[in-house]
Amino acid sequence: MRRFLTLLFLLIAAPLCAQEDVVLGLSQDRVRITASFDGSEILVFGAVKRESPISDVPLDVIVTLAGPTERLTLHKKDRIVGIWINSETVTIKAAPSFYAVASTGPLDAILRRTEDLRHSVTVPRAIRSVGASSVTDNPAAFTNALIRIRENAGVYQSLEGAVQLDQQTLFRTRISMPANLTEGQYNTRVFLLREGHVVSRFDTAIDVRKVGLERWLYLLSQNQPLIYGILSLSIAIAAGWLASALFRAIRQG
Amino acid sequence: MQIYLPIAEVSVNVLLLIGIGGIVGILSGMFGVGGGFLITPLLFFVGIPPAVAVATSANQIVASSISAVLAHLRRKTVDLKMGTVLLISGMIGAGLGMILFNYLRSLGQVDLLVNLCYVVFLGIIGALMFIESLRALQRSRRKPGTVAPRKPRKQRGWVYALPFKMRFRTSGLYISVIPPAVVGMFVGTMSAIMGVGGGFIMVPAMIYLLHMPTKVVIGTSLFQIIFVTGFTTLLHAVTNQSVDIMLAVVLLVGGVVGAQFGTTLGARMKAEQLRILLALLVLAVCGKLALDLLLQPAELYEIGTS
Repeated sequence: MRRFLTLLFLLIAAPLCAQEDVVLGLSQDRVRITASFDGSEILVFGAVKRESPISDVPLDVIVTLAGPTERLTLHKKDRIVGIWINSETVTIKAAPSFYAVASTGPLDAILRRTEDLRHSVTVPRAIRSVGASSVTDNPAAFTNALIRIRENAGVYQSLEGAVQLDQQTLFRTRISMPANLTEGQYNTRVFLLREGHVVSRFDTAIDVRKVGLERWLYLLSQNQPLIYGILSLSIAIAAGWLASALFRAIRQG
Repeated sequence: MQIYLPIAEVSVNVLLLIGIGGIVGILSGMFGVGGGFLITPLLFFVGIPPAVAVATSANQIVASSISAVLAHLRRKTVDLKMGTVLLISGMIGAGLGMILFNYLRSLGQVDLLVNLCYVVFLGIIGALMFIESLRALQRSRRKPGTVAPRKPRKQRGWVYALPFKMRFRTSGLYISVIPPAVVGMFVGTMSAIMGVGGGFIMVPAMIYLLHMPTKVVIGTSLFQIIFVTGFTTLLHAVTNQSVDIMLAVVLLVGGVVGAQFGTTLGARMKAEQLRILLALLVLAVCGKLALDLLLQPAELYEIGTS
């Protein structure tokens, strides 16, 4: 459906401006989470393919990378009878577990509000925010808090000016993904903009997956929780016994 | 050296985790506490999600407790009969606690309850133990060379008046099974809610309510902690899928070794010294948690999952 809409949009937009398409390359189209996984850096690069001469209006590029969305609850602490407890709770319908937006310049200068609304580009727009909530009278404060916490943790990144654009044609940027990634499809989007309007859009996905032992353990814990529990207990018992036996041997010998 | 944990979905330094496991193992061997009250907050601190920290620390406590209890068994400082009574009642308590935990989680106030429980229990227990063991220590210092004579207890209180009496040889007790059963059940409930073995409640309860000798208390407490935390691990694995084997393995490498050192250290110390140190530790954790509740947090908002 989204592909179709994109296509439709491109068809409508095409006659308005000269046809420009994105040719995209990724340093890797899959991220494998192994036991020694310690974050990953993705190099996003590409070129603008066009049949007509370059327009006088300067081109801007925005690259976004979004992790799988999840439902979240946010708690706010308040002081009640001297102690700080969770007083207000807000549910956020869908927030990406990871979101990075890199651009050639400040987003509010190169992207119009209407385009941001349509494509959900900026960090606040990427969070499908609070539904009508009766628990709080200030839902925006909760969304801002979520962004603040996740920006501090490095999982939401606003990288203004991080996209390098050469000769209005070649662009590249680096996006570093932190070590605490969740599994799933990481949707990558590239927008070409002129005067704040999106003139072209390209979508692809990076597959982030646990592999090897990590994958096996994760699947076991989900599909066979009892066997998994017994396995972890057995390891604990064996380790405890082994250490005791070992220390006795050391003391006696 | 970093390791990616498959269930917690974070990458953590291995040496840091082994260190945490080791410290907790030493405490476990010395005092007969599982160390859950210390390991869970430490795991939060290195960035492990709370649910995974609670479930996995239970698994790690099984390992260090087994390591320590085997050392205690060789010294014959485990009252198996008392341990079994505490254990059966502890299991019933853990089941009840789990139901309560899931209910409270649906209300979103689990953290508050856990913290309040910690502060109240740790505060009362720590203060009482500290005062008592300080007095005991002063008594033994006043008469150097002589062992402080224990006054024969003529009036042993209501605890001794209850029916269903049983003989516990290792502890040298002849008392009703009701007090140990109640203590066990209560500790079981607490352990499921707080993700701890309950040693820090169990140890003082055995010393002061059941009047067991301190040396026997440590081994016996560890014995029952093994089963309660083992049961808790299984419950968490089945209901919440929140036990991280990878994390547990790294922690228990440090834990089992630490536990062996802990028992050796504990055996060299006087009972009063052991109790005073445990009291100080309990008070320190209590103070830290109380400050968390009373001081304004740096970040008022907190992300939970639903």
